Formats: sequence, C-alpha cells, structure tokens
Amino acid sequence: MPTGALIEFTNISKRFGGVTAVNDLSFTVKPGRVTGFLGPNGAGKTTSLRILLGLVAASSGTATFGGVRYRDLPHPLQTVGAALEAATFHPGRSARDHLGVYAIAAGLPRTRVLEVLTQVGLAAHAAQRVGGYSLGMRQRLGLAYALLGDPGVLVLDEPINGLDPEGIRWIRGFLRDMAAEGRTVLVSSHLLSEVQQSVDDVVIIARGELIHLGPLSSLDTDAAAQTIVDSPNRDALAAALTTAGISFSIGRTGLLAATSDPALLGHLAFEAGVELSVLHRQKAGLEDSFLTLVGGGHSL
Amino acid sequence: MISFLRSIAAEFAKIFTTRLWWILALVLFGYIGLLAGGLAVLFSGLQTGVISPDTVNTGGGELSGFGSLPPIIYSFASSIGYVFPVLIGALATTGEFRHQTLTPTFLATPRRGVVLGAKTVTLLLVGAAFGLIALAASVGIGGGIMSAFGVDALLLDPETWLLVARSVLAMALWAAIGVGLGVLVPSQVASIVIVLAFTQFVEPLLRLAASFLEVTAKIGNFLPGAASDALVGASIFNLMTPAGAAPLDWWQGGLVLLGYAIVATVIGYAVSWRKDVT
Ligand SMILES: Nc1ncnc2c1ncn2[C@@H]1O[C@H](COP(=O)(O)OP(=O)(O)O)[C@@H](O)[C@H]1O
Ligand SMILES: [Mg+2]
Repeated sequence: MPTGALIEFTNISKRFGGVTAVNDLSFTVKPGRVTGFLGPNGAGKTTSLRILLGLVAASSGTATFGGVRYRDLPHPLQTVGAALEAATFHPGRSARDHLGVYAIAAGLPRTRVLEVLTQVGLAAHAAQRVGGYSLGMRQRLGLAYALLGDPGVLVLDEPINGLDPEGIRWIRGFLRDMAAEGRTVLVSSHLLSEVQQSVDDVVIIARGELIHLGPLSSLDTDAAAQTIVDSPNRDALAAALTTAGISFSIGRTGLLAATSDPALLGHLAFEAGVELSVLHRQKAGLEDSFLTLVGGGHSL
Repeated sequence: MISFLRSIAAEFAKIFTTRLWWILALVLFGYIGLLAGGLAVLFSGLQTGVISPDTVNTGGGELSGFGSLPPIIYSFASSIGYVFPVLIGALATTGEFRHQTLTPTFLATPRRGVVLGAKTVTLLLVGAAFGLIALAASVGIGGGIMSAFGVDALLLDPETWLLVARSVLAMALWAAIGVGLGVLVPSQVASIVIVLAFTQFVEPLLRLAASFLEVTAKIGNFLPGAASDALVGASIFNLMTPAGAAPLDWWQGGLVLLGYAIVATVIGYAVSWRKDVT
C-alpha cells in the first residue's frame, strides 16, 4: 500500500506580470487525511497547485512532497497523482491510448490503464475518442490519470466540477477511502458545501493569501447555531418547545429551534411523548463562516 | 537515460495513436506519386518519341540536353515532399500546447529538456519514415513508369541509392525543423501558416531572386530548401533557376539543415517550452 508524503508549501508567491496570484503562502497537508483547499474563484488555488507540481515556476518560495520538489521525484507518477482543472486531452485519442502514452512515459505496466479506467467507471468507454466525452467523463478520465501510478499523494483541482449527483457521491466516498488507506489527499474547491462531507482539514485562501487553516470543525464558530427538529405531530412538538421556553421558527424541513444541542430537544420530545422524524444541527453555519472568511462571498 | 528512452517510446505512442500520421503519409504518397508519375510519363514519352515534342508548348529542344532525368524525378520525394515532415513535426509540438497535453506530459516527465529531446529523436525517425514513403512513390511509381517506357531508370546505379539515402536524411532533418518551429511558434494556426507560406511561396521566390546575383546566390544557398536540395544532390528547382553560385556540398547542406533544427529548437525551448504551463 503506498504511503502518503507530507506536502509543504513554504512562503510561496507568484506574480503574473503585475498581478499577484499567490502571496507568501505557507501550509502543510498531512497524510491520512483529506484536506480541502478552498477559496473563491481567482483566489490562487490552481496557481498554487501548479506550482506544487512544477508546472508553474514560483516567484519565490518552495513547495515539496516529503521535502522533495516535484521535478526531483525519481518516480513522479508513482508518488503523486494529479488531476487539474483543464481538459488536457487530445480529442482524437481514445481514453486507453491517452493513458497508455503516460503509462509508457512513467514506466508503468500497460495493465494499469484498464485497471484505473475500471476504477473510475470508464472501462466501457476505453476505446472511445475523448473528443466525444461529456464533462463528467473527462473529470473521471483526469482522475484515472492521477491514479495511474497508484500514488501515495493525490492533488485534485476542482474534481467535483461537472460531475452528476451519482458521480459526486462516488468521489466523496473515493476521497475518504484514499485517505483511510493512508494517502495524502489535497482537493480544491470554490464551494465548501461541495467538499464539506469529505474533508478533515481546510486551508482557505482568498486573493492569494492564507485566511484560515485547521480542522473542518474549526469553521464551526457559529454561537447562535440552530437545530432542525420535526415530528409527524408538529403541533405537539411546537407546544413542547414553547413549554420549555425554546424559541423556534418554522422552516422548510421542520422547526428551526434556537439551540445548538440536539440532545436537549430529544429529551424534551421524549418527556412530552412526541415522536421525532427529524433531528439534526443546522449545518449552514460552516458555509456562512466560510463566506465571512473569504470576504462576503462575492464572485462565488 | 532510462527516462529518455521511455520518453521516446511515449512520443512514438503519441504520434501513432491519432489519425494525423497516416493521413499525412497517404497524401504525401499520393502527391509525390502523381507528380513523379506525371513527369515520368511526360519526359520518357518525349525522350522515346511516344509523345511528339510539338504537342508540348515548351518544346523538346532543351530536354534533349537533359541527360539525367531519373534523379530529378526521384528527388521529388524531398524537394517537393519536405513540407510533410515539417508539418508533422510542427503539429507534434503545437498540438501539445493546443490540447494542453503539456500538463500530463510534464507531470509524467518533469524534466522538460528530456521531453523535447525525445520529441526531436522521435520526429527524426518519423521524418525518415516519411522519406521512405515519399521515395516509394517517386522511385516506385516514377522509376516504374520510366522503365515501362524503356528509359533507363538508373535503378542499378549506386548514385541513385545514395540519393535515396540522402533524401531520407533530409526528410528526417525537416521533421526536426518542424519540432523546432513548433516550440518557436506554439500557436498551431500560425505555425501551419508559416510552414505553408514559407515552403510554397516565400522561399521559392527568395531562391529565385537570390540566384540572379553571384553574391546573393551564395547567401541563397543557405536557405533551408536550397540546403536540402544540396544535401539530396538533385532538384527540379535547379532546372528552373538561372545558373547561380555553385550549390553547397551535400554534407554542407546537411549541416545547414541540422543547424536550422538546433537553433529553432534551442530558442523555442527558451521562449515557450520551459515557460509556465497554466
Ligand atoms: N497565466 C496567467 N497569467 C496572468 N494571470 C493569471 C494567470 N493564471 C492565473 N492568473 C491570475 O491569478 C489569479 C489566481 O488564479 P487561479 O490560480 O486560477 O485561481 P483559482 O484557481 O483559485 O480560481 C487570478 O487573478 C488569475 O487571473
Ligand atoms: Mg482554479
């Protein structure tokens, strides 16, 4: 089983002419966890990842895998798998041949090609020219490329863009599985909600600068959190809440109770003999604090 | 070293997994076969009297002094066919920029100089293969027709086979020049326009213009097409221009072509290949 390496960004800056795309960015990404690299469009995520992969030269700073720069890795595809945003295929080449070219370049056995195509659910389209692929299929092919060398580190730029709901569910499980196997998983997104269910840690940037860094729960700072609760007998539930002095409003999926403690509501309902059909903490607080962090959520 | 060999194998796979190579090869064979065959019919017909000189406007007078027809016809492979290896070389590099395949390429082989070197080696071999295809057309069809007319096609003359070998070398170098042009001008459309305009229009005119004066003719010898014809040792083009300066030796012509390929590739590496891939 491949083991993940620590990714380290150290004082990375990048200027494109007059534009500062990334400014003095430092953070680490640990193996065995899924790290969400978040920020609005234009925040500098793609640029940072391309610097990490040696595709873009940093104006200053270093980015390494276990202390080694990408271009100094003896077996790059076997160490780091990357899927970047853009569609990087020759439209006239089949998926099998596309991957075959890079399997040859990396000295990987040809059997890996069909293995990874099967893994991402494209085996049936292996011989089809990529030009006819849908956006979702291209995303999967990009992922297949990343998996080709069975690497210990995965670097994925907006992998959820363009996937259908089934694909989104699949990739979330996939990211969790990869981290559970001990790999390092760095995945970027401009939407927290897109990756919220899969990430352990978050690194948030805006305008090229680091804004926030920590476990996902560190975003959960909303003191006035709410709990959604509902019952087949909503009137009885409302009466029980009123009796207990807990204020609430009526929301789309139930009653929005002004408490951050679901257990308290469960206890109240039990005492009052009211059956519950819904009981969970309102999660919108994460997205709200994310938007606050990145500056009001403009351009999201 | 092993990474260089793998990179070469990958570059070969890139060429042969899209349809471009055989489309170009087919057109090359057809085009050269048609021209070589057509001229072989015309000239052998005139020489053997099957076609009366009166029916040809140019008149047969100057053709009688024209001892060695076969090399001219065989050299069509390179003197006319050279645009094909340039095109496949240029498309092999500009295609990487256009389809953004530089990203997976550089991820698999982060040493960019290794990739460009592997591409050059690969295209030298592909260009040589294109040379063989073009010669199959010019020697096979042109020579076949001359033999059918009873004209000596010089197929047993070692000079003919030296010309074939030098033509293969020229075609290989042209493909490497295409790679260099592709990194120098990464825009695919611009590259194709430059190849077609230069080979079909600009250079022939320059060569013609240069040939009128002794001193410019010497400079004109260093134009890539003139150098290529010098390397091959025969060209239809030499018949159409006034006698200027003596052409370069064959090996000088080869070195001049090699020089173009190296200069274009090295400058292209600096201006596009090693730049940010965004
Ligand atoms: N090749 C480039 N030339 C000039 N500016 C660029 C280039 N690539 C990115 N930028 C700029 O850098 C900033 C960050 O872009 P990017 O890294 O793509 O952000 P993200 O991936 O977070 O959306 C943007 O302002 C963008 O316009
Ligand atoms: Mg981006």
